[in-house]
Amino acid sequence: MDTSAFRAWVHEAARLIADNAENLTRLDAAIGDGDHGVNLRRGFQAADEMLDKAEAETPGAVLQTVGRALISKTGGASGPLYGTGFRQAGKALADVTEVDVAKLGSALEAAFNGIQQLGAAHEGDKTMLDALGPAVTAYQVAAEGGADIAGATRAAAEAAERGLAETVPMLARKGRASYLGERTIGHEDPGAASTVLLMRALATVTAGEAP
Amino acid sequence: MTEGIGLVGIVLISHSSALAEGAAELVQQISGGATVVPAGGTEDGGLGTSTDKIEAAIEDADAGSGVVLIPDLGSAVLSARSVLADLAGETTARLVDAPFVEGAVAAAVAAGSGADLDAVIAAAEEARDAAKF
Repeated sequence: MDTSAFRAWVHEAARLIADNAENLTRLDAAIGDGDHGVNLRRGFQAADEMLDKAEAETPGAVLQTVGRALISKTGGASGPLYGTGFRQAGKALADVTEVDVAKLGSALEAAFNGIQQLGAAHEGDKTMLDALGPAVTAYQVAAEGGADIAGATRAAAEAAERGLAETVPMLARKGRASYLGERTIGHEDPGAASTVLLMRALATVTAGEAP
Repeated sequence: MTEGIGLVGIVLISHSSALAEGAAELVQQISGGATVVPAGGTEDGGLGTSTDKIEAAIEDADAGSGVVLIPDLGSAVLSARSVLADLAGETTARLVDAPFVEGAVAAAVAAGSGADLDAVIAAAEEARDAAKF
């Protein structure tokens, strides 16, 4: 993946999030404060616009620009969390201009670790990590099995979807939802749902299918 | 900041601009000259937190003796952590796990009496165990 592919990922992610903002907000209204879709749409729109103006010349610089935009423009907890994820992924890529399958795997892992550290959540707490964790693992298993970037990111997107489904019976232990206790059981986690969109956008771009 | 020189500053971070400003107004009355700065809401005035607002508030509250940050919930904590991570090594600001109103009051009283940063933080944290009546 080169710099333009990373830009395409962000663009596709912004499009998917805008298209699904109402669904994300509906999920969040059930167990949180009902702003996830609106916030994330604003954050990714800002990131996409900032990238249009920025001279980010490496994949790492693209991800760091996105991270900064998400942190400062999103307005909800997802901003610092995803923003930190993108920034840590960008740092992991350093100055590399062409990202191979192994390098992207280490960037995804860095994103997971950054988000985990900032939010102090664990898998099973009904958060975005419940989609991202399985995605990173599936990516690495696929990569070690010889998959190319398109194959590994497709495996990651599918695992994120399964992870999202598994959040339904979970009891939320983090964020606004944790105040609702048992009422959170029976709903998909909105953060896991948006992670699915990010992974799906990545798989779409690496498959060469982005519009 | 001419007032509050040498005193610990306080930043109140809330999802709601009205809540942060109201709490700051309440607390300022008893802060003995220590600076209390609200950082509430998003940049466009909605509910949420803004790292830019938090960063600016830290600068305004810093009178040279450190700054305590008191968040309300969720993204207020995460946004503050992000700002502190960015300022690493360049700020004396510290994030405190304390009740928003009681913690702010306790911190302001301590700061106004000239307590140092650690003592102000301890005062805010102790507010969690103080009975209201």
